[in-house]
Amino acid sequence: MATPPETAEMGDQPVSSSAGEADESIRDLTGWRYTLAQIKRDRTARLGWYIISVVSVVAIVTYVDSQLLNYYIADTFWYHPERDAEGTALLPPVGLENSYGAGTWSHPLGTDQRGRDLLVRIVYGTRIAIQVGVVATGLGVIVGTIIGAVSGYYGGWIDDILQRTVETVYAIPFLILVIAIMSAFGRHLWIAIVGVGIVTVPIFARLIRSEVLKVREEEYIEAAKAIGVKDRHILARHIIPNSFAPVLVQGTLQIGVNILIVAGLSFLGFGVQPPTPSWGQILADSRGYMLPNPWFSIFPGIAILVTVMGFNLLGDGLRDALDPRNNG
Amino acid sequence: MTQDPLLSVQNVTTQFVTEEGIVRAVDDLSFDVHRGETLGLVGESGAGKSVAIRSIMRLISSPGEIVSGTITYKGHVILDRSQGPDGEVRDGEAMLSEAEMRSKIRGREIALIFQDPMESLNPVFTIGSQLREFIEINRDLSNAEAKAEAIELLREVGIPEAESRYHEYPHQFSGGMRQRVLIAMALACKPDLIIADEPTTALDVTVEGQILDLIEQLKTEYETSFIWVTHDMGVVAEICDRVNVMYLGELIEQAPVDELFHETKHPYTEALLRSIPKPHETTGEFDPIRGIMPDGMNAPSGCRFHPRCPDAREVCMSVHPDLREIDDGQNAACLKYDVFDADYDDSPPLVVDENGERVPAETVESVGGDD
Repeated sequence: MATPPETAEMGDQPVSSSAGEADESIRDLTGWRYTLAQIKRDRTARLGWYIISVVSVVAIVTYVDSQLLNYYIADTFWYHPERDAEGTALLPPVGLENSYGAGTWSHPLGTDQRGRDLLVRIVYGTRIAIQVGVVATGLGVIVGTIIGAVSGYYGGWIDDILQRTVETVYAIPFLILVIAIMSAFGRHLWIAIVGVGIVTVPIFARLIRSEVLKVREEEYIEAAKAIGVKDRHILARHIIPNSFAPVLVQGTLQIGVNILIVAGLSFLGFGVQPPTPSWGQILADSRGYMLPNPWFSIFPGIAILVTVMGFNLLGDGLRDALDPRNNG
Repeated sequence: MTQDPLLSVQNVTTQFVTEEGIVRAVDDLSFDVHRGETLGLVGESGAGKSVAIRSIMRLISSPGEIVSGTITYKGHVILDRSQGPDGEVRDGEAMLSEAEMRSKIRGREIALIFQDPMESLNPVFTIGSQLREFIEINRDLSNAEAKAEAIELLREVGIPEAESRYHEYPHQFSGGMRQRVLIAMALACKPDLIIADEPTTALDVTVEGQILDLIEQLKTEYETSFIWVTHDMGVVAEICDRVNVMYLGELIEQAPVDELFHETKHPYTEALLRSIPKPHETTGEFDPIRGIMPDGMNAPSGCRFHPRCPDAREVCMSVHPDLREIDDGQNAACLKYDVFDADYDDSPPLVVDENGERVPAETVESVGGDD
């Protein structure tokens, strides 16, 4: 085994040399691929990415099953998440025992107060969390970006009017505002989504405005004006794409926050109405049964925790990847 | 010089309202640009060169404002503005609207090349998409045609492997290459006038030479007129036909390039030419212009250059010279010429007092007498 001396030297520090190669290859990438490569290198961001992927797949499958197939899949192969079951109510998870009986493999996480399987209800609650989290945040990002970009770019009285309006919304406690909106327009899922979207708008409007104030002074904006580009076009092509990175980060984190808000709403009885399963709803149901079966509360709590954490980890990873100051 | 000028700038004044007061960055500026000529606009930092060219494009934004003047270009009235006695600004009826400026003038008729090629391209889009976008905006071409045109333009300004570089981002280009891209962008609509705002200042000398050669070549090919803003007299000598020298927002000398260098009229221009570093000089022999350019807020009375002028006399402190013809085709604003009839020859020269200020001779003597 005659090893050439160079290889032997490199063998002294195998970790650093391979990391160096990875750096080189990442530097050659541009735009999205660069960001993705950065996230892949970041362990916690990768964990967040995996959590979100799994949760999203579950959400899509359960959305299709509940909205289009009327729980055909769940009913045929598992339990119906909404219909009352004949089974024992408030069973503990498998391997544990309480005054109602011992946990069995047929209900791994136990049952709720109506004897419905807890696992199937938590799984089918995913779609509400993701649907509201993503759609409401998307709504907030779109409206907030437009308001913030217009406000920052034009300045003057347009800025004053838009910013004062946004600050007024911001000043009202978000939960009270959403509850007020739902009380006025009805306790429907879509009203909840729009309501949460509205309370999210100010965050993005203010965030992107501060970025736009920086970007609009760049020379390429003046260059674009000098060649006769329309304001609308400058906003859409030059200002917003160059101000969007912090919005992407905040948006990812905000999905997690909005999932929490919706869980809170459902817990208070707003949002999705029973018997449709949602995490906040399950938590609310469990309140009266915490002593005989604490697991009834713990499992939906874990579902919320893990999902929100997934979005937070990915958001943090995105922030590191998109912030040029961190790419030493 | 008898034909109608391509661009005519008359008495343009642009001011900035700041908390400390009003700064006239461009004061009563008048000059013409003829077809096919390259006009140099020269001055120190802060002389108002950049504000002057942005005024031509009407790209002055708050707190700056063009308060008066007329600018005509090929029969279009770019600016026709006058200030009434109440200080209110009135626009003439024939003046182009902001939308017309955008759709008719900017980019299509007059293009602007900026100083810093590093900052003038949007970092998030490829070079090709920015160039193509610009061509699509200003010319009615389909996507594919615009792309072909963009690649052709890149090739024309000397970018090798234009097809593959079309898909690269600005940060993958060197400074010289980016300046070529900006020139390609300026050429895209075949404008008759290109205004270049110190386009080679940020580049090193060899690249600067290449860019100047490229401009020279494009000038003969397209017969484009240029306004070339610079503080580099070497560049002026190389490419300009006529030169305007600015000091504190005012034009102080206008001359064809040879006369400017060999029969310099204004003391400021002389000082500017003397201050060019020469290879045989050491730093000790170096002859910079004394003092710094005064603040535009409290511009000196009389001739604005008098605090720094080696030829200044007492009369220069009180009489403000306008631009007058000294020699055939050569204008200057300096009282030492007979056309001003300001008693310059009988006026005593200024001396330097203990504060380094330039004052009339008697005041220093009287101060000394009191001690």
